Amino acid sequence: MELTLNHFLFVSGALFAIGLAGVLVRRNLLIIFMCLELMLAAANLTLVAFSRFHLVEGQPAYDAHVLLFFIITVAAAEVAVGLAIIVALFRSKETTDVTKVNTMKY
Amino acid sequence: MTFLFYLFAALALFGGIGVVVCRNPVSAAFSMIVSFLGLASLFIQLDAYLVGILQILVYAGAIMVLFLFIIMLLDVKEEEKRHFPYISFAGAGAVVTAFLVLVILVLNRGGTSGRTLPELAATEAGGSDVHRIGELLFGTYWFPVQIVGVLLLAATVGVVVLSKKELR
Repeated sequence: MELTLNHFLFVSGALFAIGLAGVLVRRNLLIIFMCLELMLAAANLTLVAFSRFHLVEGQPAYDAHVLLFFIITVAAAEVAVGLAIIVALFRSKETTDVTKVNTMKY
Repeated sequence: MTFLFYLFAALALFGGIGVVVCRNPVSAAFSMIVSFLGLASLFIQLDAYLVGILQILVYAGAIMVLFLFIIMLLDVKEEEKRHFPYISFAGAGAVVTAFLVLVILVLNRGGTSGRTLPELAATEAGGSDVHRIGELLFGTYWFPVQIVGVLLLAATVGVVVLSKKELR
């Protein structure tokens, strides 16, 4: 069977669904954060697949790769800030369980 | 080609499932690395060499090492087994099933999604994807590159501020 765009889009959708399930089911803040990253990466696969299947002058649409470059950069910045926030939270609450973090300030 | 696709797709998906299922955060992080390796292989299969390598370097290398570092630093314990939130399992199952059904419906609608992998035109020497992306980054997209640089600087400063002992 020949590979089609559908194959890649389905893998991307399934990976996104797995990440979504993780965000909804898990209670550890760090793992929820990892699942968010997983969803972001799944969306990246959609971008690359579309760029490869819609050729511009016989080449993939490289603008998608540039966009991906930016997405990866922003994801790195987001992870750095998010982990710093988790560490600050852990310092004040001594936990990373989201069910135990239920007050705004104290 | 098709076999490799299924292999790497399975790698990515089972790695993802591992992140959700593993109770121990360290094993979850390692499953995540496996998942990212599979994903990067899919990128490379789609002739996105630079992006695939970046995925491995930045995600599997830098970001997951940062995660592991924080997991070790915080000494995060495994989630205990007894407390089973059935409501959240049911909710997650419903949402994920609905999402997957939606994806399958959209993919079965036809249109361009059924097209097969088109052949790439032959490139002259120096026409690799790194070359083309570099031209785009420092040509058409020079301004967003500057903005992303400022964003990284802001993130660095923000992390330093957040990590100070006295936050208030």
